[in-house]
Amino acid sequence: MPTFAHESRIKYQHWLDIVFRNITRLAAFSVLILLLALIASLVMGGLPAIKHFGFGFLSSAVWNPVTDEFGALVPIIGTLVTSFIALLIAIPISFGIAIFLTELSPRWLRRPLGIAIELLAGIPSIIYGMWGLFVFAPLFAEHVQPWLIEKLGPSPLFGPLFQGIPMGVGILTAGIILAIMVIPFIASVMRDVFEIVPTLLKESAYGLGATTWEVMWNVILPYTKIGVVGGIMLGLGRALGETMAVTFVIGNAHKLSTSLLMPGNSISSALANEFNEAVGELYTSALVQLGLILFLITFIVLSMARYMLHRLAKREGT
Amino acid sequence: MLTLYARRRLINALSLGVSILAMLFGLFWLGWILWTLLANGLQGLNLNLFTQMTPPPGSQGGLLNAIAGSLMMTFIATLIGTPIGILAGTYLAEFGQRGWLAPATRFINDVLLSAPSIVIGLFVYEIYVIKIGHFSGWAGAFALSIIVIPVVIRTTENMLRLVPNTLREAAAALGTPQWKIINFVTLRAARAGILTGILLAVARISGETAPLLFTSLNNQFWSSDLNQPMANLPVVIFQFAMSPYADWQSLAWAGALLITVSVLTLNILARVLFRQTVPSH
Repeated sequence: MPTFAHESRIKYQHWLDIVFRNITRLAAFSVLILLLALIASLVMGGLPAIKHFGFGFLSSAVWNPVTDEFGALVPIIGTLVTSFIALLIAIPISFGIAIFLTELSPRWLRRPLGIAIELLAGIPSIIYGMWGLFVFAPLFAEHVQPWLIEKLGPSPLFGPLFQGIPMGVGILTAGIILAIMVIPFIASVMRDVFEIVPTLLKESAYGLGATTWEVMWNVILPYTKIGVVGGIMLGLGRALGETMAVTFVIGNAHKLSTSLLMPGNSISSALANEFNEAVGELYTSALVQLGLILFLITFIVLSMARYMLHRLAKREGT
Repeated sequence: MLTLYARRRLINALSLGVSILAMLFGLFWLGWILWTLLANGLQGLNLNLFTQMTPPPGSQGGLLNAIAGSLMMTFIATLIGTPIGILAGTYLAEFGQRGWLAPATRFINDVLLSAPSIVIGLFVYEIYVIKIGHFSGWAGAFALSIIVIPVVIRTTENMLRLVPNTLREAAAALGTPQWKIINFVTLRAARAGILTGILLAVARISGETAPLLFTSLNNQFWSSDLNQPMANLPVVIFQFAMSPYADWQSLAWAGALLITVSVLTLNILARVLFRQTVPSH
C-alpha cells in the first residue's frame, strides 16, 4: 500500500518536529537553570559568612581579615553612592543627547552620531579604568578637586562632602567615570522610546504652535515616562555592577567617610581586589556573600527596568 | 503677549543649546579616551608585541601568550554559547506563544543580559574552579560563554521575529514539517541578523576582565593547555597597568589599544552587516 509508506514518513517528520521543539525548549529552560544555579552557588559559598555574621553583616562597617571580622556596610554604601553620583550626572546628559538625536539632529548626522554614542558603550570597562587612573584622575586632582575643596568645603550644607586633600582617586572620581560609562546606555534607551511617540501627537503639538522644547517636555516625555524611568534603571543596573573601571579609580579603602573625595570601596572592586588573595573560609565566603548581595540588588533594579520598558512596549501594542 | 512669546522662544533656545552641549559632552569623552589610547598605545605597538611572551619587569617582551589565550577562550566561549543561544532564541520566537516558559525565559534573559559580570566569575569559581582546585582556561571560557548566551538569545529572537509570517505560511502550505521550516526557511532568512548578534557577543566578551579574574587568571608563560591557568589580554592589562613598572605599563597601553580597536571594529562590522540585511525603517 503506497499510502502506508507515505503515512509513516509523515509520522517520522512529526516525530522530528517534536524532537526539535523539545531541544529548543531545553535550551530555553537552561537559562532558568543557569539563574537558579547562580543564586544557589552564591548562597552556598556565602553560607559560612551568613551563619557566622547573620544580618549584622549588612550593618557592620568593620572589614578586618586579620581578626576575621567582616561587614558589608562600606562596600554597599560605596556601590550605592558611586552609582547615585553616576545617575545624577548621566540622566540630564543622556536626556540632552536623546533630544538631540530624535528632534534636532539633521537626518544625515543621526546615524553616525548614534553609532558614536553606542561605540562609547562598546569600549571595554578596563579601558575606562586605565584612562581614569592615568589621565583623568591626575587632571582632576590638579584642577578640579582643589577648587571643590576651596569653594564647597566651607559651605555648611555640602561642606562635609568635599573635605580632604586632592588625591585624584576616590568615590567622586569613580562616580564620574561610571557616569561616562552609563550615558550611552541611558541615552540609547531614551532615544528608542522617544522614537515610538506617534508622529501625529508631535505634529498636533507643533501645529498648535508649541516649541521643540515644549513638545519634548509636555508631549514626548509624559508619553514615554515609564520607558525613560526604565532606561534610567537599566543604567543604574549597569553602574551598580561595573567592576574594572571602579576598581582602578575608587582607591580601595575599607573606610567610611563623609567626604566624596576620599578613597572608598564598592562591592565589585572589593571582589576584584581581594578575592584571589583571600585566605581562610570566612574571608572567602564573606566576599562571596558580597557578590550575592550585589547580584540581588542588580537583579531587583534590572527587573524593575524590564517591567517598565515592557509596560511601555505593551501600551504601544508591539 | 510678546514677552510670553519671547520667553518661550528663549527657554526653547536655551534648552536646545544645552542638548547640543550634552551631545558634544558625550562625543568629547569618546574622543578623549580614543586619543589617550592612540597616544599611549601606538608607541608600544611593534612586532615584538605579537611574537614575544609577557616579560618579567625590566626586560623586553610582548603579549603573544595573552593574545593567543584571549583568542582561544573567546573562540571556545562562542562555540559553547552560540548553539544554546540560537536554540533558546528559536524557542522564544517560534514556539513561545503559549505557556509560562517563554515569558519567564525572556524576562530572566533580559536580566542576565546586564547582570554584573564579576558575579558570573564568582559563579564559575564556585561550581568549577573549587572542584578542580586550580584556575583554568576552561573555567574562563565557561564564564565568557555565560555572557555570550543572553546576547545571542536576544538577537536571535528579535531577528526571527522580523522574518515575515508569509514565508512560514508559504513553506507550511507546501507541506514542509515545522523543524524544516525553522531550520531551512526562517533561520536561514534571519542568518545575517543572527551573525550580527554573534559578532556583538564576541565584541562584548573580548574586553571582559572581571569574569576572568577568578577563573582563568593569568599565566606568564606560553600555554595552550586549557586545564591550566591561561594568559589573556584583559587580565594582563589589568595587572600590568596597576604595576609600578614603566615597561609593563607601556605594554598595558599597547594591549588596551589592541583590544579597543578589535572591539570597536567588531561593533562597526556588526552594524554594517545588520544594515545590509534589514531594510532600514
